[in-house]
Amino acid sequence: AAMMAAGPLLLLLLLLGAAGPGLGAAGPGSGSGSGSGAALREELLLRPLPAGDVAAAFQFRTRWDADLRRGAVSHYRLFPKALGQLVAAQGVRELHLALTQGFWRTQSWGQPPLGAPAGAELWVWFQDSVPDVDKAWKELSNVLSGIFCASLNFIDSTNTVTPTASFKPLGLANGTDHRLLRYAVLPREVVCTENLTPWKKLLPCGSKAGLAVLLKAERLFHSSYHSQAVHIRPICRDASCLAVSWELRQTLTVVFDSFTSGQGKKDWSLFKMFSRTLTDACPLASESKVYVDISPKNKEKELLEVTPTPTSVHEAVVQGDKRTYAVYDLLSPSLFNSSRSLNVQLKWKRPQDSQELSTPVLHAQRYVSGYGLQTGEISTLIHNTHPYRAFPVILLETVPWYLRLYVHTLTIITKGKENKPSYIHYQPAQDRKRPHLLEMLIQLPANSVTKVTIQFERALLKWTEYTPDPNHGFYVSPSVLSALVPSVIAMKDVDVEESPLFASLFPSSDGSSYFVRLYTEPLLVNLPTPDFSMPYNVICLTCTVVAVCYGSFYNLLTRTFHVEEPSRGGLAKRLANVIRKFRGVPPL
Amino acid sequence: VLSYVAGLGWFLAMALPPLAPRTYMSENAMGSTMVEEQFPHGERALAYGRDFAAQKKKAGGIPVAWLEKTMWGLGLEVYKQPFARTLPFPDESRERYMVKGTNVYGILRAPRAASTESLVLSVPCSEGTHNSQAVGLMLALAAYFRGQIYWAKDIIFLVNEHDLLGMEAWLEAYHDVNVTEMQSSGALGRAGAIQAAVALELSSDVVTSFDVAVEGLNGQLPNLDLVNLFHAFCQKNGLLCTIQGKLQRSDWDTLPAYAHSLQTLLLMVLKQGSGRPQGDHGLFLRYHIEAITVRGINSFRQYKYDMTTVGKTLEGMFRKLNNLLERLHQSYFFYLLPSLSRFVSIGVYMPAFGFLILVLVLKISLLRGGPKLGPGGLWEGVWGGSLYFPDCPRPGLLALVPPLVVCHAAGLALYLLPVLGQRAATQHFPVSEAEAVVLTLIAIYVAGMALPHSAHRALPGGGSDRGWMTLKLLALLYLAAQLSCAALLNFSLGFLLAATMVPAAAAVHPTGPRPVLAALLVLSTPAVTLLLGIFLHRELEERPAGLAEGWQLFLQALAEGLLQHHLYGALPFPFLALLTYPCWLLLWNVLCWK
Repeated sequence: AAMMAAGPLLLLLLLLGAAGPGLGAAGPGSGSGSGSGAALREELLLRPLPAGDVAAAFQFRTRWDADLRRGAVSHYRLFPKALGQLVAAQGVRELHLALTQGFWRTQSWGQPPLGAPAGAELWVWFQDSVPDVDKAWKELSNVLSGIFCASLNFIDSTNTVTPTASFKPLGLANGTDHRLLRYAVLPREVVCTENLTPWKKLLPCGSKAGLAVLLKAERLFHSSYHSQAVHIRPICRDASCLAVSWELRQTLTVVFDSFTSGQGKKDWSLFKMFSRTLTDACPLASESKVYVDISPKNKEKELLEVTPTPTSVHEAVVQGDKRTYAVYDLLSPSLFNSSRSLNVQLKWKRPQDSQELSTPVLHAQRYVSGYGLQTGEISTLIHNTHPYRAFPVILLETVPWYLRLYVHTLTIITKGKENKPSYIHYQPAQDRKRPHLLEMLIQLPANSVTKVTIQFERALLKWTEYTPDPNHGFYVSPSVLSALVPSVIAMKDVDVEESPLFASLFPSSDGSSYFVRLYTEPLLVNLPTPDFSMPYNVICLTCTVVAVCYGSFYNLLTRTFHVEEPSRGGLAKRLANVIRKFRGVPPL
Repeated sequence: VLSYVAGLGWFLAMALPPLAPRTYMSENAMGSTMVEEQFPHGERALAYGRDFAAQKKKAGGIPVAWLEKTMWGLGLEVYKQPFARTLPFPDESRERYMVKGTNVYGILRAPRAASTESLVLSVPCSEGTHNSQAVGLMLALAAYFRGQIYWAKDIIFLVNEHDLLGMEAWLEAYHDVNVTEMQSSGALGRAGAIQAAVALELSSDVVTSFDVAVEGLNGQLPNLDLVNLFHAFCQKNGLLCTIQGKLQRSDWDTLPAYAHSLQTLLLMVLKQGSGRPQGDHGLFLRYHIEAITVRGINSFRQYKYDMTTVGKTLEGMFRKLNNLLERLHQSYFFYLLPSLSRFVSIGVYMPAFGFLILVLVLKISLLRGGPKLGPGGLWEGVWGGSLYFPDCPRPGLLALVPPLVVCHAAGLALYLLPVLGQRAATQHFPVSEAEAVVLTLIAIYVAGMALPHSAHRALPGGGSDRGWMTLKLLALLYLAAQLSCAALLNFSLGFLLAATMVPAAAAVHPTGPRPVLAALLVLSTPAVTLLLGIFLHRELEERPAGLAEGWQLFLQALAEGLLQHHLYGALPFPFLALLTYPCWLLLWNVLCWK
């Protein structure tokens, strides 16, 4: 694609597949907002996980054939006005917000349908017409904080970074100047009902009809993982790509635990998961489907039994693996013929054999090593379990300033040998201003474990900088791994519009690999903490009092006093002076 | 003298109620609400325990595959960690030399948490049928915990082989450090920062009481709140709980009750002073993880409790720990326990030590500013001594060097030679390696006393009054400094050494009644202190040891001390060998000055 020529890091861009096959460059000025064409697609993907849990991923895609950038749009139909105005006002080109509670366990659950770090994550590409990106970013995060009822207003310069290679625009882009990108993670953010409700309100049908009736907070938070996200990006309106459409994707991923609610049984139904069943599609939706992953494992015939009989069966290559899906089309009238509601049920035909988990090709683990409160080490283990293919991965580490990284101790070891990264971008921290940013491109040999370690020193904070619960520890945001993982099976080029939604957010650049973005666990690091009990408070207080008293006394004692001559006349004199000034006569 | 008596008196008074207030829960998250325990699987725990015992017998060690399968079936993430360690010399009491083992653990992932914090329940897999009930209870607890949704922290269920060795291997691997020469392998699952740990030991189907062990490596103690938590749940479930194997008495004012709590206190001081972990929890403390060991004891008491009650107690503790918002930090880290419900805080017990050290300080100031030396300051007295002693022109510094060097060389030999020389010793004498190490240790120790008698006479100017006083001054300063440091880190060790060494150190004099002083000095050597400590310990536990048995225990303790240092990095042995022993030799030198 044409836009890929921009930027010095051609290699990286190619790796990340900045844009998909269906997307081309959009000329400026092409396709002004004709306004009305909007379409909603809703989709639910149910996927039994290798460990016996079930993942449910909702995707709602609103596509609007209007150009928000013009700012002339006033009539909103399906696209939520709050977001549309925000995009227009702040000059946003692309916005990705994810609020997650829990941690996607890649090792046992496989690759996530849509990765997200624990806590809140926000990354935004701004238009190149935005004069002050930092200001727009600040305002944007504050507005989003209000819309989603989340503490996004805590995003400031100490946790914002500008990655150079890890995050590329997912939609249409005619330039990848990374200065227009801002990225921030709040690992401490707790996600709960108050974040879900505003998210649901953005849906055209609310939670009244369609798939959204299943979104019952009480059940969604009775799970092991909950992640909700909003993605806004510009896309091509059609294959010729002469006009721009805006796409809003709202995704929600939940993992239900078979142990806490199923009492050891691993059979599932929609009712058991959500305590609701489906009765109809959202009337505004042009497509409304439920996919159930029934891919057979190890060539054995169906382990899973799904009832009722699906309307069709869809085969696709997703994340390098051939998968079979049972599809229920809620818009097809035959589905609700026999019964009034749809309650998809999954039954295991025989118990799963233990410990035959297929580990995903790429997974990672991060931890703090060492003991004591002075120094420590952050270690990241990256596994490549592909039997014969090596591939590169971009590692992004954001470390708060109060962990002072020793960059000379950075070591990358694969199979006992040092592994030299082919690209390193390091931006040192500034105390109380900016976090550390470390980006590396590392080649992972086939079937290997790579260990990346870097030592740090724990800084002493000022006494007002400690959180109210300093002994809880301080969070370090997860590191981000972005990679094009070689797939085992060749993928066909498919039309993005036709394929299911879950397969189309990260388009692959060619048929032999697929894009994966993984997040490691956040870290909790203890800093040296004073004993904030009475003696400490007394010391702080007395110091303050002494300082204040001493300062004012010193001021009093050293100041020389002059007797000021009382000004005679007061108001009358000043008036006279004004008049004299006008007359050009020297004042009294 | 008065100060010394005051110091000891203060210590004895610490068991009295006014100095030992009642314990209380400081942590907000654990205090206000009680959880309602519902653990129902007492029978299941016993069944698991029997299965485990059978499998262990079949496998002849820890049944790794069975444990993995069972834990996986319970819905835990299972990992194993093989480790190997060659001891510096064979451990005779436990019969091991080249140790190979495997730790198996399962992680219960807390729902909707990002694995940043975790709790540990560890159970040692020891030899024989010992402790299989603990494994059973742990598995039953895991099964029950897995079905609950309120967990906010991951819980690690760990079965460690070869007790402390396995624990050390696991902790080192988890924190990715290598403090000792432990080799371990295998990819590890981790669960963030460990907030607290409980080690469980249980060898019978029913228990009559629970004993809690708090003393860890180098005398480190867990936060008092963790002990309080255990105590609170024992009381809630009506379980009898003991510390140092001693029940607390309800009457506080009577003399027998005072004697009882004093015994408990002394036991704690002896155990803490030994610097040896009193259970698997002891090694956690290095990593700033609060931990205790809980031992189920089945004796001939009337009331017996089944596994359900025991499980409920543990469930309650874990749920309370799960509620923690911060690490345990509110309560005391330095304390002594005369009983489970009373504690002596650092502010109260430090004066006892202070009085003892005061003796040394007074003696030092006497030596410095005494009538012989005149009013000169300390350094003036030492360096500018010629002003006051025109008859010996350059005493002091040079004369002091040989004894200092010789004493420290002896200490270094004591530290290094036993382990290095074991091969040579076994070749030349008909002893086993472990015996060789211990006997070399004693030999060097005794030889040290004979060595440096006349070292100072090699130089001119030695042998004067001025010389021995300077030497004594130096030795006292040295002793006072090292005892104070020791008492800050491990109060009990510092106090025990101070209590024995201070009178002898203060009294030693080359001109006095030499046999008496020599006997006093010999009685105060660290080795004799250790021997006396062993006898006192057995006496307090109400199983007095005979002379021969005491000697055997003494030898064992020596070997143990060495092993503890090499295996877990315990500090008492190097401290005694490199600092206290040379200091004592200096005093011996003073005695043999003429």
